[in-house]
Amino acid sequence: MNALKKVEQTRTSSDFAKFLHDKATWVRQQTLEIHKLAPETRVASSLSPVEIFSALYYGEVASYKPSIPFWEGRDRVVISKGHGSLSMYPILADLGFFEMSELKKVCTKGSFLGGIPDPIIPGYETVNGSLGHGVGVGCGMATALKTLGKNNKVFVITGDGELHEGSIWEGLMFASHHQLDNLNLIVDHNKKCMLGETKNILGLGPLIDKFKAFGLLVEVVDGHDVMACQAALLKMKNLNTGKPKALIAETVKGKGAPQLESNPMCHVTGLKAVEVDEILKRNS
Amino acid sequence: MSASQLPLKKTMRDSILNEILAQMDRGEKVFLLSADFGAPALDAIREKHPKQFINVGIAEQNLINVATGLALEGFVVYAYAIAPFITMRCCEQIRVNLAILSQVRPMNVNLIGVGAGFSYEVSGPTHHCLEDLSIMRTFPNVDVISPSDWTTATALAKYCFENKRPKYLRFDSKPLPQIHSQISEMDLQRGFVEISQGKDVCLISTGFMTHKAQEVCQNLKAEGLTVGHIDFFMLKSFNEKELCAKLSQYKKIISLEEGFVTKGGVDSILSELILRNRLPVEFKAMGLKDNYIFHIGSREDLHEQNDLGSKSILREARISS
Repeated sequence: MNALKKVEQTRTSSDFAKFLHDKATWVRQQTLEIHKLAPETRVASSLSPVEIFSALYYGEVASYKPSIPFWEGRDRVVISKGHGSLSMYPILADLGFFEMSELKKVCTKGSFLGGIPDPIIPGYETVNGSLGHGVGVGCGMATALKTLGKNNKVFVITGDGELHEGSIWEGLMFASHHQLDNLNLIVDHNKKCMLGETKNILGLGPLIDKFKAFGLLVEVVDGHDVMACQAALLKMKNLNTGKPKALIAETVKGKGAPQLESNPMCHVTGLKAVEVDEILKRNS
Repeated sequence: MSASQLPLKKTMRDSILNEILAQMDRGEKVFLLSADFGAPALDAIREKHPKQFINVGIAEQNLINVATGLALEGFVVYAYAIAPFITMRCCEQIRVNLAILSQVRPMNVNLIGVGAGFSYEVSGPTHHCLEDLSIMRTFPNVDVISPSDWTTATALAKYCFENKRPKYLRFDSKPLPQIHSQISEMDLQRGFVEISQGKDVCLISTGFMTHKAQEVCQNLKAEGLTVGHIDFFMLKSFNEKELCAKLSQYKKIISLEEGFVTKGGVDSILSELILRNRLPVEFKAMGLKDNYIFHIGSREDLHEQNDLGSKSILREARISS
């Protein structure tokens, strides 16, 4: 049985759905725990992509080898919205990229797990957090992989506010012109920037149409339905029609923390330790 | 090694591009990216190796980002554009994806900026490139290289290919005469070449100003004054001990650059070096002051207007001799 068939078969089973759902729930809990230890971290923008990251890594979508982070056969995952990927830490630890005990050291002296992840963390490809870089770097990787005749794919995860950066659109023009169908853009569309709702700051307008006008194939998914994310990501990965692809994941910033979900300023507010405890207790 | 009597004029860009073509001909894993900027030698690359050349369009930010992605996958990348734009339009891409990232993941990206200083003399302040040396020098992990002639540019191709780190190469846009009959690997490691020895005064110049300094040296020689002259090109990776040994033989050092002074450029490198090593020398920095230049005229006119002309340099050198 080839790997794809195995995934398809597993994917339809309720066991797999439960597995993915449980993993996403655990990742969300761990993300909150990390924020409790390191309150300076950006928790709200790390909670919105929990299901995206979970589907990508636990859903047999991205290829990786935790014992060899830069394994040749891996797919390149570029987390352009670096500050909002605290939720990647528990996933990478759980998969064996580094020890689980490291999660207790986030933002403490000597830890490689900072508030904004860098490639000193096993599993991270690039410098992240300064926004708008991932698409262009991903284009370079995708071009190289195609030139070398390799089938590895490139996934780039951005926020929606990040799409304000002009360099994103330079990259998308390039991807489309050069038919980089191995480039997969995932937008964590949580609809909030640092100072409020994206639509009130600099509206993205008809985002689907914009991506289409730039020559991308576009899909939209409920970014908190982990099974839907898994299916959409797998479909995107295996779709090679000469066009780069974008998956807009409709998400809620601060998902799982009601006080963040309802706060337009949640990017900068964070949660107190007691609030984290309440959320974890309520969901236990 | 110097050869002042070698008049053959060539551009640095065509010289290095011919070497890059040779690297591609050898089957090396090399990419050349251009931000819609050409050269006769580039046409040959585009025709012979279309899969290793990309014109990314007028998009310098993406130029750096794509270069990074290619280099992370093991390619030696040459990124080619107009000097003020490849350094300043995409400054943060250079900082994040080359300077910071290369400290963790070594990569070979070579930024070739054409149009150093007043190369594009009549194009005004957008195209004058006077800040690049100070800005690029600020970034850790990025070499800054400012050759004066095509012999050096030719030698730099091999150096760039073999040394896996980000580099900025600052080229004049004009065909210029040969300064050096050859540039060896040792010359590149040393980072400078002593063109002539003098008595009390030493001119230390970079890029186009090396040609100007040669002219000044010849004029002074006719007057019976012998000044030293050093062509300084590896601005971040030079042999400080050897440079100090040379400079300490003089009473006065005059730095010459087509760039703003007192802001981190060549004059700052030298004044820091003089201070750090407590060299007992007088130091005069000659370059552009704290203003942009809107004046239209020849390169010589721009120099004269800004106290960087031959007469000004001669005056400085004579005062001390």
